[in-house]
Amino acid sequence: MTPEELRKLAESQEEARPEPRHRIKICVAAGCLSAGSDRVREALQNEITQRRLEGECEVKGVGCLGLCTAGPLMLVEPDGVMYQNVTETDAADIVQSLGKKPVERLVCPADMSFFTKQYKIVLENSGVIDPEKIEDYIARDGYTALARVLEDMSPQDVIDEITRSGLRGRGGAGYPTGLKWSTVAKAGGSRKFVICNADEGDPGAFMDRSVLESDPHRVLEGMAIAAYAVGASQGYLYVRAEYPLAVKRLRTAIRQAERLGLLGNNICGTTFSFHVDIRLGAGAFVCGEETALIASIEGKRGQPRPRPPYPAEYGLWGYPTLINNVETFANVAPIIRNGGDWFASIGTEKSKGTKVFALAGRVKNTGLIEVPMGITLREIIFDIGGGIPDGHQFKAVQTGGPSGGCIPEQYLDMPVDYESLAKVGSIMGSGGMIVMDETSCMVDVAKFFMDFCVSESCGKCVPCRVGTAQMYHLLDKITSGQATMDDLALLEELCDMVKYTSLCGLGQTAPNPVLSTLQYFRDEYIAHIVDKQCPAGVCQMRH
Amino acid sequence: MNQPVRVKTLKIDGRDVSGREDETILEVARQNGIFIPTLCNLEGLTPIGACRLCLVEIKGVSRLLPACVTRVEEGMEVYTQSERLQKYRRMVLELLFSERNHICSVCVVNGHCELQSMAQILGMTHVSVPYRFPRLPVDASHERFVVDHNRCILCTRCVRVCDEIEGAHTWDVMGRGIDSRVITDLNQPWGESETCTSCGKCVNVCPTGALFEKGKPVSERLKKRQFLPYLTMMREERR
Repeated sequence: MTPEELRKLAESQEEARPEPRHRIKICVAAGCLSAGSDRVREALQNEITQRRLEGECEVKGVGCLGLCTAGPLMLVEPDGVMYQNVTETDAADIVQSLGKKPVERLVCPADMSFFTKQYKIVLENSGVIDPEKIEDYIARDGYTALARVLEDMSPQDVIDEITRSGLRGRGGAGYPTGLKWSTVAKAGGSRKFVICNADEGDPGAFMDRSVLESDPHRVLEGMAIAAYAVGASQGYLYVRAEYPLAVKRLRTAIRQAERLGLLGNNICGTTFSFHVDIRLGAGAFVCGEETALIASIEGKRGQPRPRPPYPAEYGLWGYPTLINNVETFANVAPIIRNGGDWFASIGTEKSKGTKVFALAGRVKNTGLIEVPMGITLREIIFDIGGGIPDGHQFKAVQTGGPSGGCIPEQYLDMPVDYESLAKVGSIMGSGGMIVMDETSCMVDVAKFFMDFCVSESCGKCVPCRVGTAQMYHLLDKITSGQATMDDLALLEELCDMVKYTSLCGLGQTAPNPVLSTLQYFRDEYIAHIVDKQCPAGVCQMRH
Repeated sequence: MNQPVRVKTLKIDGRDVSGREDETILEVARQNGIFIPTLCNLEGLTPIGACRLCLVEIKGVSRLLPACVTRVEEGMEVYTQSERLQKYRRMVLELLFSERNHICSVCVVNGHCELQSMAQILGMTHVSVPYRFPRLPVDASHERFVVDHNRCILCTRCVRVCDEIEGAHTWDVMGRGIDSRVITDLNQPWGESETCTSCGKCVNVCPTGALFEKGKPVSERLKKRQFLPYLTMMREERR
């Protein structure tokens, strides 16, 4: 397909589908599906058939609408009404109300700050298009960035545009994407690879899953543009097997893109070829670490190896390899379409653009949000999140999963960007954000994450393999009222040792939840040890 | 097409030394008689940087880097003996001793065990973390050899020598984290392994008493490793 044909296809899509009088967009991403949105969809379809309204009314499955806590969600167009917590029994009322007064009891106010405070780039198509139809994506300017890149940009132009945008890796560490691309582009090698890291494993995080389920083509387009920029012809999407729906939609997307000549050989009639294959993870958190991920794709045991050499130089099967996270790739097409300067105008000085967060825990509106960098934690938790439910008090917010830390109330007005979060002992991470109130025990939280690290450590290096197990043992001693102050000193010594001597990021960051809770909630540790009491009333003391 | 190999000059512990660009800090240090402790490393096998004993400080680099896999660079300033490093190294050993059931007095390699002698060299006087005392099996099904998981430190020398030198790949690791364990074939008893050639290389590279030969007195259970550099040398020459 040439760029010209792509434009024509997009236009014909617009024409070919006469706008039905009513369109019900219902979320079919994993959150709402598990709340029964597929059954609601079927009930709606039956209702429409019974009333012989097929011509006037269409039910369309779309990606994530964001407010997962109120699922299943649906959006009625052109009325612009949003419904929440819909069940099969509501189908008749909803169809009956089309074009008339909305069903009052189900209405979800679309003007609430959960929706109005967001800024959508990565999620611009989520909840709008049918993730299983490439035509929907193309009608929303999909693949035009790829066509433009192939038509009138050199690989260097593409890298310059990405560099100008200031985009940084969304997997957590925030490495400048443009710099990574140019390193791989400059690396010598007869072959190169592009890998998309979709091995999202932080407890409570579901950003990547939602992007893949809601808008898979966006990621493929980003990968293809990256491949053109660095000179790769083969790509791998490394997805964890726990995301069956994302995998299914990706397979569909790859097949559709290949059929239209937007992936595969001679893309858009040019000499550029790029093939994408899916590789499934087998349930190891450590495979999100890039060298372990590469080992896993190679069919080896998923264990990291010391860096340098970095994958940009010596990656998959020894060839230069570009690895980026799902959300990073999802930002690429809009940057090319709107220009790097546009992207750089959003966010803070050092953190550009937006960030998708999975808002979870003790907050009214849990779900998937996208906000401009630099927004404060208070705005996220109290405006978008709607605050803490049931009259409870905010205590801390955990960002960055098992590699991150707990941020207390005094930092709520701090801007959310890579540097600020690091300064208070946490990390941006991939975007998990767990809110906790006074009913959470911070020592127990630290123990939970340490337990996670113990079971996810690959066992290769000594500090992580044995150190995390010993730290867990000490935390368990503290939470059961059996520890002494010497144990606390030993715990701190181990934190320091594991942090600085472990082989990969998993071990190096495993002490972070303990370190940050010790920094801000040391009194809780002391209460467990000296008073043999859990201030939050969570831990069971053994006597 | 022989490309000229460049030589780099650097400082290790204040001493001026030189090394080929393809050499590691550990190799250059050893050539110059500078001691850097190691356990998983063994000359002739691919280094993996797993035991973390050989971590060194490099001026201008915030992270500690393993000497066994870090190549020398021009102008590098390496420090191998700082107090911080010595503390970390002792803690690595303490963690290893606490992980499984290392009881030197009843061990078949007492007196010529690398873990034991490393503890003596690095001045480890006690184990400050609690012993875990896991229940682990001993597999004596092989005609000549025994694997005692209680003494294994998961250095994976056996895995590498079997794969890289013998070419049998009988050994591998199963499980993860603290539950990792070396296995023969797909976790069959060693005696029933169809791939094991009974060459004994794994036994000879094992740093501890985890792998040993049956029917020998403790004093004769010295590990013979001369074959490794010799085999590697022969391979290099044929290449």
